Parts: sequence; C-alpha cells; structure tokens
Amino acid sequence: MSATHTIVNLPDQRTATIPKRNYLNNEDGLLSWLFTGDHKRIAILYLISITFFFFIGGAFAGLIRLELLTPQPDLVASDTYNKFFSMHGIIMVFLFLVPSVPATLGNFLIPIMVGAKDLAFPKVNLLSWYLYWIGGLFTMAALVLGGVDTGWTFTTPLSTHYLNTHVVTAATGVFIIGFSSIFTGLNFIVTIHRMRAPGMTWFRMPLFCWSNYAASILMVLGTPVLAITLVLVALERLVGIGVFDPTKGGDPLLFQHLFWFYSHPAVYIMILPGMGVISEVISTFSRKRVFGYTAVAFSSVAIALFGFFVWAHHMFIMGVSNYSALVFSLLTMLVAVPSAIKIFNWAFTLQKGSITFETPMLYAFGFLGLFTIGGMTGVFLGALGMDIHLTETYFIVAHFHFVMVGGMLMAFLAGIHFWWPKMTGRMYPESLSKLAAVTTFIGFNLTFLPQFILGYLGMPRRYHAYPPEFQVLNVLSTAGATVLGVGYMLPLLYLGWSLKYGAIAGNNPWQATGLEWQIQSPPLTENFIETPVVDHEAYDYEWLAHKTAQEVTTVG
Amino acid sequence: MHISPVLWQFLVKWLNASALFPREASTIAPYADALYFFLLLITVVGLVLVGVLVFGFSIRYRKEKHPVAVQVEGSTLLEATWTIIPLALFLIVFVWGALLYFRIYNPPTNAMNIYVVGKQWMWKAEHPGGQHEINALHVPTGRPVQLTMISQDVFHSFSIPDFRVKREVIPGRYSTVWFQATTPGTYHIFCTQYCGTNHSAMIGEVTVLSPDDYDKWTQESTSGMSLAQNGERLFASMGCNACHSGSAAARGPNLAGVYGSKLQLASGSQVLVNDAYLRDAILNPSQHITAGYAPIMPTYQGQISEDGLIDLVEYIKAMQTNYRVQQTLTTSQSNQTAPTTPGTVKP
Repeated sequence: MSATHTIVNLPDQRTATIPKRNYLNNEDGLLSWLFTGDHKRIAILYLISITFFFFIGGAFAGLIRLELLTPQPDLVASDTYNKFFSMHGIIMVFLFLVPSVPATLGNFLIPIMVGAKDLAFPKVNLLSWYLYWIGGLFTMAALVLGGVDTGWTFTTPLSTHYLNTHVVTAATGVFIIGFSSIFTGLNFIVTIHRMRAPGMTWFRMPLFCWSNYAASILMVLGTPVLAITLVLVALERLVGIGVFDPTKGGDPLLFQHLFWFYSHPAVYIMILPGMGVISEVISTFSRKRVFGYTAVAFSSVAIALFGFFVWAHHMFIMGVSNYSALVFSLLTMLVAVPSAIKIFNWAFTLQKGSITFETPMLYAFGFLGLFTIGGMTGVFLGALGMDIHLTETYFIVAHFHFVMVGGMLMAFLAGIHFWWPKMTGRMYPESLSKLAAVTTFIGFNLTFLPQFILGYLGMPRRYHAYPPEFQVLNVLSTAGATVLGVGYMLPLLYLGWSLKYGAIAGNNPWQATGLEWQIQSPPLTENFIETPVVDHEAYDYEWLAHKTAQEVTTVG
Repeated sequence: MHISPVLWQFLVKWLNASALFPREASTIAPYADALYFFLLLITVVGLVLVGVLVFGFSIRYRKEKHPVAVQVEGSTLLEATWTIIPLALFLIVFVWGALLYFRIYNPPTNAMNIYVVGKQWMWKAEHPGGQHEINALHVPTGRPVQLTMISQDVFHSFSIPDFRVKREVIPGRYSTVWFQATTPGTYHIFCTQYCGTNHSAMIGEVTVLSPDDYDKWTQESTSGMSLAQNGERLFASMGCNACHSGSAAARGPNLAGVYGSKLQLASGSQVLVNDAYLRDAILNPSQHITAGYAPIMPTYQGQISEDGLIDLVEYIKAMQTNYRVQQTLTTSQSNQTAPTTPGTVKP
C-alpha cells in the first residue's frame, strides 16, 4: 500500500469576499422565503424552527431540574410537573431531534454533496416544512390550552382512559410531524438514488450521505407505524374501539409493541445523521480520509436494518415470552457492534493525520466520549437481567440523554459550526465557540453522570418527589443543567452576531474535500454553474491539494 | 473566609445521609451487582481505550508536530479486531444477562405467594392468611416470596431497588416476581411506570422481618378471614356453587383439585390451570369452555373487583373436595323450600 503525503494549507481569508449573487440574496422579501423551493432556504427555515422549539423544550428541562432541586414536590403541582416532562419529551423528540440534522444540514448539503441542483421534489420539501409547523402548532395548542401529561410515550390505557388533558391534540400534532419526516426521508432516498452527478458512485459519496440515507429508510418505513398507533390511540380515546382495552378484549401490550416498533428505530433516525457529521468533521480536521470508509458506510446501513428488530427490548419487564426476550436481547447486542466499529474507525482516522482543533473538532471529540458512554450503557440495558433493575429509572434517562444529547446534539453543534461558513459565508468567533464547546461538555457530564448513580440507586424516572437521600446527586445534576444551559445559549448569541460581524469565510476555509466546499459560500441558488464531474473518492486530500496547486498556477 | 459551623454541620449531615450505592438486601442482589461491575469494567476499559487513542493521536499527530498527513485506506486486520472483540464481549454480556434474567423471573417452587393489586395511586398487598396492607409489605427473611400482581387501571411497575427486582403490573393479567430477602430492615417500594398525577406518591415500604417476628406480625395483623374464606363467601353469594357443585349432573365442571391440572377445552386445546387461567375463565367464560360442557356461563366482567377475583382464585386453588360447596348448597336450598310438614301448625 503506497502511502502518499498531503500538505493542505489554509487559504488566505483576508482576500475573500462575499459573492455578489447567492441563495440568500437571490430573491428578497418574506414571501420569497415562504414559497421557496430552494433546499438551502428550506434548510434555513428548518434551522430557525427547530432552534425555536429546542429552546422551548430546553425551558421545560430547566423547570424539571429546578423542581428536582428539592425532594419535596414544592415548586409546582404534580400535574404541572407531569406536563413539564411530557412537553419536554414531545418537543425534543419530535420537533427537535428527529428533524435536527436531516432537515437542516441534510437538506442543505445532500443535494450539493451528490452534485445536484436541488432535492428530487423541491415542493414536497417545502410541504414537509409546512407540515412540521402545522404539527408544531398542534403541539403548541395542546400546550397553551392546558398541556398534556401522557409523557412522550402516550402509554395506554393511561392516555386513552384516564387523563383529561389534550391528548388527542398533541397526538394529532405528532401524527402530522410524522408526515413531514416521511417526506424528508423520501426526498433524500430519491435524490441519492437518482440525482448523483456523473462519476459520483455510491462509494464516492461522503459518509454524511450514507448515514442520512440509512436514517431516511428508517423514516420512510418506521414513521407510518407511529401514525397508525396514534390514530388507534385517538380512536380508542374518542369512540372506545377497544384495541388496547383489556375489558373489551384488547391488548394493552399491543400498544407497546406498535409504539416501540417506531420509537426504537427513531433513536437511530436521531443518531445516524449525527454520525455522518462526525465522519466529515474528523476527516477534515485530520486532513485524512476516514479510516475504513466501507466499514463506516455499511455499519450505518447495518444499524438501520438491525434497528428495526430490537423494539421489544423496551418491554423486558412487561412479560414478553422468554424466547422473545432472548432474541431481542441478542439482537440488541448485535446492533451495538456497528456503533463500536464506527467509534474505533473515527479514532484511527486521527492516526497519522495532521490534526487541528477548531470548534467542530472539539464538539466531535465530545461526541466520541459521550457517545461511547451512551452506547456502553445501552449494553447494560440490553442485558436481560440487568435491565430489570435499571429500566424505568434515572439510569435509562441518563443513557438516552448521553446518546441523544451527548451524541446527537454534540454532532448537530459540530455540524452547525462546521458548515456555518458555507451556509452564511461568514466565520463564527473561534475562541468564544471553543468556550461554548467546553462548557457544554462539562455541563453535560455534570448533569447526567449523577443520574447513572441515581438510577442504580433505583430513583424512578418521571418522579415529582423523591426520597431525601437522593438529594445531593439531584442538586449536582441541576447545577450541571445550569452550566449546560449557558453552553447552549452561547452559540445562539455568537452565531447570531457572526451573521453581520463574522469574518468572511471564503469558499473553503477548512480545506475540506466535499463538493460543497468547492463552490462559493454562500452557494448560488442553483448550487453549481455546470454539473460537476466526479473523478475522485470522498476525502481525497491529494486531489484537493492538486486542485489548489493548479488554481494558484492559473491565477499567478 | 469562614463557613458558619451551623452550615458546616448541615452540609456534613446532608452528605452523610446521601446514598451512592443501593443496599444488597436479597439473594439476587449480589448476582445483579456482579454483572453490573463487569459491565462497568468493560465500559471504563472501552472509554479509556478510546480516550488514549483520541488524545494520543491528537498529541502525536497534531499539525505542529506532524504537518503532513499520511493517507491510509484502512486495515482489515484492525477492523476485524474491533469487530470481533466487542462482539465477543457483548455476547458474554448477553449470556450472563440472560442467566440473571431467568434467575430473577423463575420462582422456586416452594415460594410463598402474596397478591399485590396496583391502582392509581397505591399498592394493596393481600396475604393468603388475610393480612391486608396498603403501601406496605411485610415479608420474612430466608423464605422465597412470590408476588402475583395485577393492576386495576393503568400500567404500574413494582420495584424494590434494594432487592434488584422489578416487574410491570399490567391491567387484565397477572404478572409475577419473586425474591428472597436476606437482611431485616425497611426498603423502598417504587412505582416506576408513569401512571398519572400522583405517580411519585405511589411508593411504599417493604419491611423485612426475621422469621419469628414475621410469625408474630402475621398473627397480630390478620383480618380474621383468609383470602380463601372470603372467596368461599363470594363463591356462594355470586351463585357459582349452583353449577360448580361437583355433583355428576352439575352444569359446570367440578372445580375441586382443578388447579395445577391440564384441562381439555372444547376448542380442542389443552391448558394448564393456573391463576391467570382461573381469572380469565371467570371474566371471559366463552373463551374457556371445558370439553363436555355447554357454553352457558355468563361473564363476570365488571361485577367482581380484582380483589374479589384474587379471593376466588385463592379459594379455587385451595379447594380439594366439594364437601363444603354441597353443604352450602343444601343449606341454601333447604332455606328456600321452607320445610313444611303436612298436618303441623305453623307457629
């Protein structure tokens, strides 16, 4: 194997200018945004929307942690507390995590990465954003009218027979958001299959496309099951059809099967696109191709496939048969393997690289650490006997926050910082953003590590009050949440600031290899002036060095 | 700077009273903790490994030291290593976890049985001897205890962290869990499945007593009527005995000794008669017709509470002969047909 050497120098940013014509100033006025078919503008619309919902969901998280500062149920009434965590879950899962990377970064980048002018169905793409908002408004309506207290899991028969809150309104909201997610997934699948530029073979695609492709399959195949389940919940509640009601011959466990058949793959919908971001970031800042490209690509697909067959591991203590307990535990162990492969491939991507530590890289390192913990604690929960003690406690809360927040949110922030120059044409302030990355990492660990201990002690999740001996750990967790809150407010402020005052980025500030970095920033509405012809693999830094050298010769 | 001694004392007490690791108060707890520590170990090793790789490479190959990246395609050998080693570890965890699972969920045959009914928002424990408790449970050390649990409304989950046991309590079906307590004391009972407004108030205490204390407690706190005795009363008052009389011409099957037997159903299938079967057969008789009998039994859905069903199940479980059934029946019949002897004058 011939190892070749690559030197990539950062371009001079002082001479860079914002291009006169780009997708941001191509058309003016609010309507040009609201009726746009441009995938980049829709991505920006999504980015604003999910940020809005993230901070609403985050506010509920803050209220939850504030209440749990003391063992007594003293800040709010129990019903109110139950509404807090329900709204936190519903908003964060359906309105933030599921659309986070695919609908913003995916929307913006996938067409450019494969060398297309837009997604396959631009109008369907816009429709999906409107559906997202209609669903979001239903959810907000449920909140404003008095809230919903089912938890994000809508467990029957509690949700169908016992609660007097706005369950149907919230379920309608989630039902509609589901279609937004299906349309996004459909668009990605068709685009990746049909609209790749000449020469862009499957194995020349950036890994970000692979992981979004895998997530799209999950969205298209899984979300309809959630839709059906929610329709059944609404029918059961409104007309009492008795699908889940044991007194009418229904089966309450059926709901669990249907719900988790979507909601476990949904976890992979949330994490896979984040893994794609990490591949791009780590490769770029080590100036080195991703170690074992094929393994990383196929492990995404393997996670998507296995992900459909592990749902009953949420039901080990509910009395599933011994055989299904064994099968689902075994499959859960198998789904952990591709994640482990990815972690080591990323680590070895660093080897023999030429590494710098810009903000996206710091977030990516944070991801590696937190996702390793999140993934390993998933193995705790997949082990049958261990799950009995740990499930439904704070251990599981900490576990999925490590994966979803420590994993996905870190990846999302890595991606936002990484592609911010491409999306806006301007740089974010480097030292402030490094501070934010470190703050987030510290705050996150302080918030959620104590929750593992609380979980092993047996503190149940969704508890408004708790025995006093758990207080110290809860105080630590709340203190961490405060730090974490600061960590999340910072990017909102300085990224907003950078829109006007940030340094001008230039086309390729990181000297990255993706097609998106070879065009102007911000890009033209039509992305490419002429259809690119791809003659190199993804992460080919020699090709990039050669290309840069050529440019210099031409200009000089 | 001085910290006031009052505040200092408060802090010290507060920290001392806080918990870090649950007590091991059942025979299962050490087994669960062993797996937990093994999992912790591989997590820490994995984390340290990833940390060493990431930080090691970061320091060694940072741009200042290593300005020229060397392109490497991958390495099948390395990739096979980090596929096979995690896979092997996870398979060990799988087998270990499965063994622990069956240890926790398969009760020994000599376990004493206690019924638990969950409802919004309390736990009712019913001992066969007629002790009823709310949000409390008394058990002896050194004897396996099986809980047969059912919910009257929504999903609940019965958890005793210090015993490392937990089981979902489901409406409409019995679920069971067992444990053998080792250390006298009181331990938390939590409902761990979100069940509505006062979910976090659905807590209780399990009191573990030495066998002697436990015997004392049973004698002092009995209601005077065992569950089976309650069941016998229900059996008569609901008219069950009219058909299930045990006589040859009876319209319903003989129930004496039916518990634990294999029953041939009219549908052709065979079932094992256990608690769940008895409960279902009372609520949903048309689905459970014993071969050779007509489907004439009405449903009792909505007419008996879960407590009443437990009484009936406990009664039928303990029923060995039909002697008392027939006795009750004759008494009631003799009451109905007032014994009038011709020629005598009524008082």
